[in-house]
Amino acid sequence: MNSGGNPILSLVWTFALMSLFAVGGANAAIPEMHRIAVEVQHWLTDKQFADVYAISQLSPGPNVLIVTLIGYAAAGIPGALVATLAMCVPTAALAYCVSRLLTRSSQSRWPAIIQAALVPLSIGLMGASGLILALTSGRTWAALLVTAGAAVLAVATRLNPLWILVAGGVLGFAGVIG
Amino acid sequence: MPPSLIALFVAFAKMSLAGFGGVMVWARRGIVDEHRWMTAEEFNETFALCHFLPGPNIVNLSVVFGSRFRGIAGGIAAFTGLVGPPVVIVMILAVLYARFGEIEALRRILAGVSSAAVGLLISVVFRMMMPLLRKRDLVSLVVMAAVFVAIGLVRLPLPAVLLVAIPLSIAITFVRRRLVGP
Repeated sequence: MNSGGNPILSLVWTFALMSLFAVGGANAAIPEMHRIAVEVQHWLTDKQFADVYAISQLSPGPNVLIVTLIGYAAAGIPGALVATLAMCVPTAALAYCVSRLLTRSSQSRWPAIIQAALVPLSIGLMGASGLILALTSGRTWAALLVTAGAAVLAVATRLNPLWILVAGGVLGFAGVIG
Repeated sequence: MPPSLIALFVAFAKMSLAGFGGVMVWARRGIVDEHRWMTAEEFNETFALCHFLPGPNIVNLSVVFGSRFRGIAGGIAAFTGLVGPPVVIVMILAVLYARFGEIEALRRILAGVSSAAVGLLISVVFRMMMPLLRKRDLVSLVVMAAVFVAIGLVRLPLPAVLLVAIPLSIAITFVRRRLVGP
């Protein structure tokens, strides 16, 4: 269970467990990924974690792909595949079973109560993700300004998010971020 | 007519590859508007179920959706379509990053992209908070802030925090609905 052990086993255990606790999706689990991958296991540095997040956002597909990249950093291509499956399969199996149970029997009000109860938790988790990613090492004031600008643009306009990412990349390339 | 396994795979691969920064919008477009495999109501019900289950929502949706038409094989076909192609792409990017990640220009570009990406995440948080703010839902805002502090500032492990927070939040919601009445 520490960096001296078999990384494949650590990946399976880490992400299978995280899969079942990731209320609010992969983005809500980012603080936990950061804690384990950077602080506990040292699979990546703080800076690499920020890069990996950027790459996962630049790629098409579900945002669970950050897990693929963490797995790759820990144990190459087998690590990438194992981490992705570990993050997806337990919760997918659970979803399959629950949907079988619930099909057309939604008379109970418990699903609505549970759903309402989870909303503030997932917002809090995603907020923590934003904070941790914003504070990863090496962030300058200019970088925080770009972050704030992107947030305002995304809230105030219906711009395709991809263009905001591209604009960030251009600003970075121009050396604005330092 | 239920979609074939190949149709499920192809449909989810398409949605996934179109989905920069979130696949859910494309999933709705593909499933409801384009293929008419579900009505908007059925889609919302399925989405709600997948949202309150843990894990990546869209992954849950692909499995639940695929299995509704073609059993377990259908779930696997939709899941593989959703995750397979982007995983290949992202692994190619990972290899390129491992090789060229230290090049100065690339470092600067990635720093810029990641700053913007964090901004996008914060905008999602803000959008999700709006209904709570509009309703002046103080209790939910306090629960939200407590989770934010425990995970973001104190850096407690996620399972420990959720083992306390989930039952607590469900109990609070239950009691509040009781007080308000049916």
